[in-house]
Amino acid sequence: MEKFTQHTGVGVPLRRSNVDTDQIIPAVYLKRVTRTGFEDALFAAWRGDPAFILNQDAYRSGSVLVAGPDFGTGSSREHAVWALKDYGFRVVISARFADIFRGNSGKQGLLAAQVAQEDIELIWKILETRPGTEVTVDLESRTITCDDVVVPFQVDDYTRWRLLEGLDDIGLTLQHADEISDFEAARESWRPATLPAKHLPPVEIKAARPVGVPVEIGTRPGL
Amino acid sequence: MAGTLAEKVWDAHVVRRGADGAPDLLYIDLHLVHEVTSPQAFEGLRLAGRPVRRPDLTLATEDHNTPTLDIDRPIADATSRTQIDTLRNNAQEFGVRIHSLGDADQGIVHQVGPQLGLTQPGLTVVCGDSHTSTHGAFGALAFGIGTSEVEHVLATQTLPLAPFKTMAITVDGELPPGATSKDIILAIIAKIGTGGGQGYVLEYRGEAIRALSMEARMTICNMSIEAGARAGMIAPDATTFEYLKGRPHAPEGADWDAAVEYWSTLRSDDDAEFDVEVVLEAADLEPFVTWGTNPGQGLPLSASVPVPENIADENERVAAERAIEYMGLTPGQPLREIHVDTVFIGSCTNGRIEDLRSVAKVVQGRKKADDVRVLVVPASARVRLQAEAEGLDKIFLDFGAEWRNAGCSMCLGMNPDQLAPGERSASTSNRNFEGRQGKGGRTHLVSPLVAAATAIRGTLSSYADLGTGTPAPDGTPLADLQTV
Repeated sequence: MEKFTQHTGVGVPLRRSNVDTDQIIPAVYLKRVTRTGFEDALFAAWRGDPAFILNQDAYRSGSVLVAGPDFGTGSSREHAVWALKDYGFRVVISARFADIFRGNSGKQGLLAAQVAQEDIELIWKILETRPGTEVTVDLESRTITCDDVVVPFQVDDYTRWRLLEGLDDIGLTLQHADEISDFEAARESWRPATLPAKHLPPVEIKAARPVGVPVEIGTRPGL
Repeated sequence: MAGTLAEKVWDAHVVRRGADGAPDLLYIDLHLVHEVTSPQAFEGLRLAGRPVRRPDLTLATEDHNTPTLDIDRPIADATSRTQIDTLRNNAQEFGVRIHSLGDADQGIVHQVGPQLGLTQPGLTVVCGDSHTSTHGAFGALAFGIGTSEVEHVLATQTLPLAPFKTMAITVDGELPPGATSKDIILAIIAKIGTGGGQGYVLEYRGEAIRALSMEARMTICNMSIEAGARAGMIAPDATTFEYLKGRPHAPEGADWDAAVEYWSTLRSDDDAEFDVEVVLEAADLEPFVTWGTNPGQGLPLSASVPVPENIADENERVAAERAIEYMGLTPGQPLREIHVDTVFIGSCTNGRIEDLRSVAKVVQGRKKADDVRVLVVPASARVRLQAEAEGLDKIFLDFGAEWRNAGCSMCLGMNPDQLAPGERSASTSNRNFEGRQGKGGRTHLVSPLVAAATAIRGTLSSYADLGTGTPAPDGTPLADLQTV
C-alpha cells in the first residue's frame, strides 16, 4: 500500500447526507472481476446530470471529497472505495462514516477523515464560493487546511499508523501465525466445519421459466 | 466480570490482544463467500502465492448475480457469466466447497449457512456482504466485511478488529395482530436512524423478541446494518436449539450436549452494562413501510408522506425533499394511497419458508391486482423445494405471481430482475436506496404480510385492509399469520 502523509488537491463539496454505497457505485458495476477501472462507475446515477458537482469544470479534477454525514452506508462493497480511488480521490471528509466503508478505505489507502459538521459547513462555503479551491490534508498533524480555515480531523491511531507507513494488513497478521496455530489447536472439536461436506440427499432443482405478459410500466396515472 | 453476549463471543475468539490502540486479532469460525466480493480477494492470494488457510471453515455459493429464470441454460449476460465462472474456478483452485446454481443448497449465503446448520451460537461469522448480521440471530457475532478483509480471512482465518460498543434494544410486550418482525426492525431503524448503530453491536432482547421464530429473528438481525450497526445478536435459547437440531452440520450425540451446555451460557449477564439502551413497546407497533430513500425514512402505514417544511433539522429536511422528489410522492399524501407496479417477495431479509407460508395464506384463493407484477423468489433452492412440497408454488401461480429460482434477485437488481425507471415496488427486501432495484426504480420496504395485501389491492396495504378481522381464506386467524 502506498504511504500517505499529506495530500493537496481540489476540494469537491457534495452537499448530500446518507450517500450510501449504492449511490457511490450501483450494483450493475459490481460484475467485474478486476480491482481497477471503476472510475466510470463512480456516482453513475448522478453523473448523467450536467448539474452534478463532478460535471462542473472547476471540480472535475477534484481529489478531496467533502460530503454530508453518514457517508458510505449500506452495502459492504469495497468497489465503492476502488471507484473513488480510481476516479482520483485520495481523501473523503465527512462528519460520520459507516463502519465498513471506513474500514475498507483504510485498507486501500483512501483517507476517511472525520470532521465536525460545523467545520464541514465552513469548508463547503469556501469550495462553493471559489470553485477549484485546493484543500490540504495532513495526516501527521491531523489537520485540514482550506484557504484560511484550518480544522482538525479524526482518524483512529492504528489506521493512521498503517497509512503513514503504507503497511499491508495480511503481512502484519502473518507475523503472528504461531499464535493463530495455537488458537486453532485449542478450539472445541464440535465447532462446525464446512469440510467434509454433509448434505441432505441431492434433489433436482427445476428451472423456472418466464410466464405471463410483463406489466407495462409508467402507464398508471399519478406515477 | 459481568459481560454482554457480544463481549463473551468476542473474548472467546481473541488470538492476540492489541496493545497501544492496535486492534485485537480475532479468530473467524465461518467464512461465507459469494461471487461479487471475492474475485479480487482470490486474485490477491494468487499474486502473493498464499493458500486459503482453512478451506474447511469456508463455504461459497452463488447468489447476487445469478438469474432466477432458465438456470439450466448458460447465463445470458457475459460479465455475469464471467463472474460466476471466476468463483467456480477459484473454489476449485483453492479447495473451497461451493454450492452452484442447480444445487439444492445454492441460494442466498445468509440462508445457506443456517439451513446447513453451519451457523451456530457463539461463532464468529463473516462474509463480504453487509447482511451477514443475519447470522447474529443464532447468538453468533456475525458481520459484513470488504474485499480486502475477505482476502485477509482467506489467508489468515483472522481479522484485526477494533473493539465495538454495545447497545441493548429491548422490545417488551406482545406484537399486535398484523405486525411482524419486519415491522419491529423498521420501527427500530426509524427510531435510532441509519447512523444510530454505528460503532455498536446491537443485542435484541425482551419478550417480543423471545416469542419470535428463528426465521423472524433472522429478519431483525439482518437489518441491523440498516441502522448502521455491523452486527446484531439475539441470545440463543430453546427456539435456536430446536432449529439447529438435526441439520446436516449440527453437532450430534455427546457433541450436541457439549454444544448446548456452552450455548446456554451465551447470554448477557443480568448486571452487564450496555453503552446504550433502547426500549420499544411491541404493542405500539403496526405495519411499517418506508416512504423515502433510506431505511430510516419509514412510518406506520396509517401515516402520510412527511411534509419537509415541518422538519426542523436542515440536513434531514433536505434529505426528505430529495427523497420525496425521487420517489415521486406528494408531501402529506396518505401512504395507503400509493400505487405500486411490482411486489417483490424474497431476499435474505424475507425470502424464507415462513415468509412464503405467510404470504401464501393471505393470497390463497385470491387474484393479484391486474396491473401489478408479483415476483416470488425463495432465498435458497432448498426453500424453493420445501415450498413446492407444501404446494405453495401452486398458490402463488394461481394468484398470478411469478415463481422463480433462488437468489438475491430484485433486492439489488444485479441480475435481470430489475425495476424500470420510474417503476415503484413494495419489496420485502432491506434497502430502498435510489436505484437499488434498478436505475430510477422506487422502493417501499414492507413486511411479507404487507407485500401480500399490497399485491391484492395494488396500493400499499395491510392485511387488515382486506377486510377488518377477516381470517385468511383457509380460515387461519390473523394472529397466526404474524409469526414472521
